[in-house]
Amino acid sequence: MTSSNLTSSRSFSNIGRIWVHIVLCAYAIVALFPIALILINSVKSRDAIFDNPLAFPTLDTFSLIGFEKVLTNTNFILYFGNSLIVTLGSLVLIVLFGAMAGWAISEYKFRGSRLMALYLALGIMIPIRLGTVSILQLVVSLNLINTRTALILVYTAQGLPLAVMILSEFIRQIPKELKEAARCDGVGEFKIFFRVILPLIRPAIATVAVFTMIPAWNDLWFPLILAPGDDTKTVTLGVQQFIGQYATDWNSVLAALSMAVIPILILYMLFSRQLIRGLTSGAVK
Amino acid sequence: MKKAFPWHIVVFLAPAVIIYSMFSALPLLDTLRLGFYTTNDAGVHRFVGLSNYHIILFDSDWSTAFWNAMWNNLKFFGIHMLLQNPIGLLLATLFSLKGLRWARTYRTMIFLPTLLSVVIIGFIWQLILSPLWGVGEKLMGFVGMANFFAPWLGQQSTALITLALISVWQFIGIPMMLIYAALLAVPEEVLEAAHVEGAGAWRIFWQIKLPLILPTLGLVTILTFVANFNAFDLIYSVKGALAGPNYSADLLGTFFYRTFFGYQAQIGSPTMGAAVATLMFLVILLGVAVYFYVVQRKLTRYEL
Repeated sequence: MTSSNLTSSRSFSNIGRIWVHIVLCAYAIVALFPIALILINSVKSRDAIFDNPLAFPTLDTFSLIGFEKVLTNTNFILYFGNSLIVTLGSLVLIVLFGAMAGWAISEYKFRGSRLMALYLALGIMIPIRLGTVSILQLVVSLNLINTRTALILVYTAQGLPLAVMILSEFIRQIPKELKEAARCDGVGEFKIFFRVILPLIRPAIATVAVFTMIPAWNDLWFPLILAPGDDTKTVTLGVQQFIGQYATDWNSVLAALSMAVIPILILYMLFSRQLIRGLTSGAVK
Repeated sequence: MKKAFPWHIVVFLAPAVIIYSMFSALPLLDTLRLGFYTTNDAGVHRFVGLSNYHIILFDSDWSTAFWNAMWNNLKFFGIHMLLQNPIGLLLATLFSLKGLRWARTYRTMIFLPTLLSVVIIGFIWQLILSPLWGVGEKLMGFVGMANFFAPWLGQQSTALITLALISVWQFIGIPMMLIYAALLAVPEEVLEAAHVEGAGAWRIFWQIKLPLILPTLGLVTILTFVANFNAFDLIYSVKGALAGPNYSADLLGTFFYRTFFGYQAQIGSPTMGAAVATLMFLVILLGVAVYFYVVQRKLTRYEL
C-alpha cells in the first residue's frame, strides 16, 4: 500500500487527484440518478410522487401500495418465474455445452478443428436477430411457439459462440501435465473433462455467466416474437406492456420497474469480481 | 495400428454445434435465401430473384423509409462514436490511475445502467424528460436553464439524438470496462521507465498507453457498430414500432420489425422482412470486413 501510494503520488499531483474525483463523482451521479429516482419514488404515495419527485420518502409519504397492487393484481410473479427459468436454463446449457465444445476444440487435434472453431466464432459478430424470420418458422414447425423452451434454445445458440471462445482460451492455459497424468492413470476423456477441467475453469464460467445472463434476462425482441403469450411472458416483456396498460397508475409502474431492476443488481453484486477478473485475465481479446 | 474413431470428440462437440447450427447459423442462411422469394395469399413461396431488393431500394414507397432508417442508423452510430467511446476512454483512464481511491465503487456505479433492460431505461428517461412530471425541467432550473427545456423525445428534430444520448448513457459501461481491462494490461515496467525518463502523465497517456490499447479501441468500434446497426429495443419501447414522430427515430431494426410483422394497414411479409434482414446483414458484414482488413492489418503493421 505505501509503496503504491509513493509511486502514484509521483505520477500525479494532489490537485490532479481532486479533479479526477470530481469528474468521476459527477459522472457517477449522472449514471445513478435516474435509477435512484425510480427506486425512491416507487416507495412513495401517489401525491408525493407528483408533488416532489426529487424528495426522499418520509414517514408521511412512505407507501408500498404500488408493490402491493403489482403483486396481487397482476401476473408479475409468473413473469418473474419465466424470466428465471429462461435465463438459468440457457445459462446452464451455454456453460455446459460451451465448455464441452471449447475443450474439444482446444484439446484434440482433428481434421477441420480450426474450421470448426471459426464456424462457432462467426456468431460472435453476427447478431442472431437477423435470422428471426426463419427462427420463427422453425419454432412454429417444431410446435414450440409460446414456450420457454424456444427462448432457452435461441439464447443458448446466441450465447454459445462467445462462451466457446472464452472457455477454450481458458482451457488452453491449463498445464498439460494435469491432463497427461490423468491419462497415464487410465482415466477416460469424459472423466477428465468433468472431474479435472470443469472445476478448474470456474472463474471463466463466472465471466461467461455474466455475459450470457444479462442479455437473456433483458431481451425484448425474442419474447415479443416467440413467446408473447400470457403464460410465457418474461419480465422484460411484461414490464414493457405493463407500462402501456397501467400508464396512469404511477405507483404500480414504478414498483414494477423497481422489481425488474433488483434481481439484476443482486446478480451483479454476486458476479462483479469475476467479471473484472475475467476481463483482465484476457478472457476477451 | 489404426486408431479407433474418436467418438468422444463428436460427443463433446455435438450439443453446441447442433443447437448453434439449428437456431443461429442455419436460420441466418435460410433468411438470406428467403429474401429471394415472395409469398402469395396461400402461403406458397415463389422465387422472384432480386425483386424484393429492387422494391426496397428503388420503389419510392419503400426506399424512402429504408434510406431514412439507414441514414438515422448512421447518425445513431456517429453519436456513439463521438461520445460513448471517448467518454468511456476518459473514465477508464481516470480510474485506472494507480492508487486512486474508490476506483472500484466508481466502476460499479457507472457500469450499473448497462445491466438494466432497455425497456426500463427507456421508461425512466421518458419520465425524466416528460414535461408533465417536470423532473428534467426542475433539474435544469437548478442551474438556471429551465427555459431551454423542451420535450426532446417528442420533437421530430430531436427525438433521434435524444434516444442516441440515452443509449450512450446506458451502454458506456461496455467500452469503459474493455478499455479498463486493456489499460491494466499495460506493463508496469514500461510506465516506470517512461516516468524515470521524465515523461509526464499526459505524455505517458498519449505516447504509451493509447498506442498500446489501440487494438481494444478497434474492437470497441466494431462492437459499437454491430450493436448500433442491430438496435431495436430502446426505440421500440420508447417510441413503439412506428419510431415516431413521423419516423424520425426509425432505425433499421424497427424498419425490419415493421416489414416483418406489419403495422397499421400494412400487412407483414416474412419474405420482405428477410430481404431487409439480409440488407442489415450486408451492412454489418461490411463493417466487420472493414474492421478485419483495415484496422487489424494496420495494427499488425504497427506492432512490427
